[in-house]
Amino acid sequence: MASLTINGKTREVNADPSTPLLWVIRDNLGMTGTKFGCGAALCGACTVHLDGQPVRSCSTPLSAAAGKKITTIEAIGATPTGKKVQEAWAALDVPQCGYCQSGQIMAATALLEAKPKPSDADIDSAMAGNICRCGTYPRIRAAIHKAAGTKGA
Amino acid sequence: MSQLKNPARRTFLKSSAAAGGSLVIGVALPDMFRGLQAAGKESAMNAWIRINSDNTVTILCARSEMGQGVVMALPTLVAEELEVDMRRIKVDFAPPGEAYINAMLGGQLTGGSTSVRDGWDKLRMAGAQARVMLVQAAADQWKVDPAQCKAANGSVTGPGGKKASYGQLAEAASKLTPPKDVKLKDPSQFRYIGKPMKRLDSANKINGKTVFGIDVKLPGMLYASLAQCPVIGGKVVSFDAAKAKTMPGVKHVVQISDGVAVVADSWWRAKTARDAIKIQWDEGPNKTLQQADVWKSLAGAMSKPGATVKAQGNVAEGMKGAAKTVKATYEMPFLSHSPLEPMNFTADVRKDSALLIGSIQFQQLAMGMASAITGLKPEQITIKTTFLGGGFGRRIDCDYMAQAVEISKAIGKPVKLVWTREDDMTHDFYRPASLTELSAGLDASGKPTTLSFKMSSPSVTMRLFPQIVKDGVDPLQTEAILVPYDIPNQAVSTVIHETGLRVGYLRSVSHALNVFANESFMDELAAAAGKDPYEYRMALLAKQPRFANVLKIAAEKSGWGKPLPKGRARGIALMEGYETYMAMVVETSVQGGKIKVHRVVVATDLGRMVNPNIVDQQIESNIIFGLQVALYGDITLKDGRVQQTNFHDYQLPRMPETPKIESHIVQSTEKPGGIGEPGMALFSPALANALYSLTGKRLRKMPFSLA
Repeated sequence: MASLTINGKTREVNADPSTPLLWVIRDNLGMTGTKFGCGAALCGACTVHLDGQPVRSCSTPLSAAAGKKITTIEAIGATPTGKKVQEAWAALDVPQCGYCQSGQIMAATALLEAKPKPSDADIDSAMAGNICRCGTYPRIRAAIHKAAGTKGA
Repeated sequence: MSQLKNPARRTFLKSSAAAGGSLVIGVALPDMFRGLQAAGKESAMNAWIRINSDNTVTILCARSEMGQGVVMALPTLVAEELEVDMRRIKVDFAPPGEAYINAMLGGQLTGGSTSVRDGWDKLRMAGAQARVMLVQAAADQWKVDPAQCKAANGSVTGPGGKKASYGQLAEAASKLTPPKDVKLKDPSQFRYIGKPMKRLDSANKINGKTVFGIDVKLPGMLYASLAQCPVIGGKVVSFDAAKAKTMPGVKHVVQISDGVAVVADSWWRAKTARDAIKIQWDEGPNKTLQQADVWKSLAGAMSKPGATVKAQGNVAEGMKGAAKTVKATYEMPFLSHSPLEPMNFTADVRKDSALLIGSIQFQQLAMGMASAITGLKPEQITIKTTFLGGGFGRRIDCDYMAQAVEISKAIGKPVKLVWTREDDMTHDFYRPASLTELSAGLDASGKPTTLSFKMSSPSVTMRLFPQIVKDGVDPLQTEAILVPYDIPNQAVSTVIHETGLRVGYLRSVSHALNVFANESFMDELAAAAGKDPYEYRMALLAKQPRFANVLKIAAEKSGWGKPLPKGRARGIALMEGYETYMAMVVETSVQGGKIKVHRVVVATDLGRMVNPNIVDQQIESNIIFGLQVALYGDITLKDGRVQQTNFHDYQLPRMPETPKIESHIVQSTEKPGGIGEPGMALFSPALANALYSLTGKRLRKMPFSLA
């Protein structure tokens, strides 16, 4: 049994310490907002926050999350930055299929926490790890600027 | 050839062919929503509309939502005539059923950018009929003439201040005979259609609540991971699961048609144990297939006589009399769909029933295959479609569904099968590779008098819908194959040639092949004639006003002909697809040997549209999709194995590569065209043409490489 602090709650899970955090979140804890896309930290669909830092949960073993605060898409709206990001996403109608958007929002929120007024170059580098197969990138960029109150190029 | 290896599909297609060549199979509508309703009583007005006594209006969406916005567009058509507030409706995905057949495709299938075109009249009529029935029910109750009553915002009002909600009227209204000859609104009266509206499915997509196939959970459900032969079509000879069976959480190891599945109490445990199984495969006839063989065989097929798509004038004479001739061959690779949600499916097969839930695009094929595998009758099978984490045509095929059904049947328990990304990329139905040879004769002024087009490529349609291939011409291989330009002598032909790798429909289907070849070649002709590519095309479009209009808009809005910063160039291209006319100008540069796209200006005439906001989303989406095809997409074979396995070697565009996109939509009263696919086909030729203008190098092979 391992103990996890996720979205402000302590949960006990029965999984091998090497199990990727993604599958613990999805299968053991039944929280399916965090998505499986590639299993190799190449697409960002599984992005969650560990102590506020964006990580790819598909490539983060359960053992690495012990003692840290995990935040997922289900609770990101409870943070002021997360809420602002979600509102901007809604205002600009970012999602298409929507599958990658949990990860996009987690990455964008982490960016704005670190850099409240990001430049286009900041957005490029912070969001480059998150693939959107529907190609919502122009709206993601605009939504990040909107949430930050900045103007894009 | 690996086609139709699956007995379920073969049986399904045979039985449907016997039923007159259409893909229709009769399916009773299972009451999939029982237990999910509010406390009130629900009445079905028709196949599309259910109204609860608590005033909840549920509109059924019979197409799969994979990002393209049908979950908005189709209910909008119903709501417009039903006179209900779009923001207050509930939308459910329809079960398989006769009423939901896509008349343009002959099956309950989402594809071909047909959803709005198929639904445009049908769904407005469904809304209008229900409205008339509700009004009639109110009039009956009030004993007044229905002409004295009016429906608006989910209520009917009558003389003397009478008012009744749809919820109060629904039960009586649902018992009336649906009226015929209902007059639809004049477009000037549209409240929703043609006006931008935010997507109602966004809210749950930004908080993680949307349920995709991969998120389905059933009581007592187990998780499965399936080892499939590395060479598609290969079979299990023997396997050793001794170690896997001892691993934690493992409940079952079962062999099914496509491989060996491990079933465990979590997916990760299933996947880990799967990796511990030793399997001896019979890799089948494709095990020696190399990528070079594919190109060699496609080139060889070019010497076969093609099936004629168009023969006009006299090509031989035209070439003989030409002042100048131009010839070019274009090469397009296999592509993977790679939707971000890997293939997965949840099945609960019991002795006398089955519950199947997941991300699918072709509900009838799913039903046919499930029935064949389980031996159950369609009325014993419930199929629920979830939101799809992308489809792009991949989920027209139901191989992954069949696998989940087989596994659940074998173990007698509900199971969710989830593929890895590697499974997904190496077991796709790939966009066909193709070779296209074009030649043209120009007169002394540079004007083309003669055009000859011949392509060789595998046919998806031969695998899925062979009954619609006539005289060797596959209508889904010849989309946009004919140029809109006024050229007197033309010979257009195709050779269907299978290469060994299984193929499937991918977004834009053959538009992406044919528009690339044709529009690149037009640019080559303009260059040979020493003419501006825009002017050259325009001069040949006198009889094509819709083409000419979008071309002109794209050129004007992009600043065509005006100077650009040093190191940048523009390219232009034009197409029609899915009854939508588009022109695009791409602005590019080369930085450190790498192609950079700065700006894309696109003009679109898609006739009437339901929601301009979603139209713009789709245009943006197609451009990014096109960027992938132009710069990265290349599935190759070695020893019969697909070599690309994940996003490190099958790259998708990312944020830093995203160009500025400017979309200009023509306000049009023409009938609606499709918008989910066409723009993708236009991007590659526009970029190739821009790169030619910039570098003088003509890129005839995709993905583009300047090396």
